[in-house]
Amino acid sequence: MQMCNLIPVAVTVGANKIVPTVSIPYPLGNPSLSEEEQWKLRHHRVGVALDALTEDIKEQTVFKVKI
Amino acid sequence: MKKAVLYINQFFAGIGGEEKADHAPEIREGVMGPGLALKASLKNAEITHTIICGDNFMGSNTEEAIEIIGGFLEDIEFDIFFAGPAFQAGRYGVACGTICKYVEEKFGVSTITSMNDENPGVEMFKKDTYIFPGGKSAAAMRQDTKKMAALGDRILAGEKRFLAEEEGFFPRGIRHQVWREDGLIAADRAVDMLIKKMAGEEFVSELPIPKLDRVPIAPPVMDLSKATIAIVTSGGIVPIDNPDKIQSSSATRWGRYSIAGLDRLESGVYKTIHGGYDPTVADANPNVVVPLDVLRVYEKEGKIGKLHDYFYATVGTGTSEAEASKMAGEMIPFLKEAGVDAIIQVST
Repeated sequence: MQMCNLIPVAVTVGANKIVPTVSIPYPLGNPSLSEEEQWKLRHHRVGVALDALTEDIKEQTVFKVKI
Repeated sequence: MKKAVLYINQFFAGIGGEEKADHAPEIREGVMGPGLALKASLKNAEITHTIICGDNFMGSNTEEAIEIIGGFLEDIEFDIFFAGPAFQAGRYGVACGTICKYVEEKFGVSTITSMNDENPGVEMFKKDTYIFPGGKSAAAMRQDTKKMAALGDRILAGEKRFLAEEEGFFPRGIRHQVWREDGLIAADRAVDMLIKKMAGEEFVSELPIPKLDRVPIAPPVMDLSKATIAIVTSGGIVPIDNPDKIQSSSATRWGRYSIAGLDRLESGVYKTIHGGYDPTVADANPNVVVPLDVLRVYEKEGKIGKLHDYFYATVGTGTSEAEASKMAGEMIPFLKEAGVDAIIQVST
């Protein structure tokens, strides 16, 4: 499971399960948000990554995140 | 005079063909078979010993073969190690690659071999040793050994960096820093390339994208609530004193750091040493790269069985694919031993 910002790179190099992150310097944070909002964002995206681990995918998949 | 050792198989040692392919490793003083051709070209070293091993013995009892040969080599002095040439002989090529990789890693001595580009040993070992593209059969013996000897002579003369495209060996995926004779800076070269690209002209990239190395899709984790999850990052998060001295770019090293009992990574205790991004946010809250805080919550809630007691970190900027895969190979045994079921890898 790859959590990254540069989705096309992850796709090109062959990561199979990909969850998008916020940016390069802060993949799972965002300094324009409050600490609490950042925690929620991180909690959500890592949660998506954990759920994705249980998915039986047949091809490279970029999972969707809500926040 | 410096000293060289040559590895050959049972066939080229004159012991026998397929029926003798399980011949156990032996070491003989002096030169024989392909060594005579190699000796004719090699100027800076004398071939003092020849190691012989049956191709099937090496293929089926690899660990034992390596152990025996390693024992032979510990008892002698040598400055360079050759194997083959293996031509299109698949098992022999894999054997040459296996032993070269081992010798280079164990003894820190340069190793050189040769095989035909169809030989499976090329794909398996081109990153681990110098492999010259060789002929299909022993008819190419002289020219193949000549190439091996020429590089060997230069290594023995103290030269250190060789460019695959100039020397002709299969690229090992190692990058070197060089001063260009034309003095053209990267920005000029990049713009020149861009102009050519826009004009639809041919241009040669300085950073060819390596051939795709697909990995099979891992089977899904059946029960997350019983699974052990680990975090691996190329984002350069390390304890503040960077105990493993991981480089801030073009990393060749990595570290694993205990998070047992920790609920989050504190600023000032951990930081990023990644040279490719602004560290301000990650230094202020390392959890934005290694999301320990939320994973601990998921662990306490029972969504995951357990968070592995270590996180693994290196730096992903300028890091070659060869080094990355080497580091992964070094990390995996630790993860397997701890029974880790799945990894979340966070990239910056």
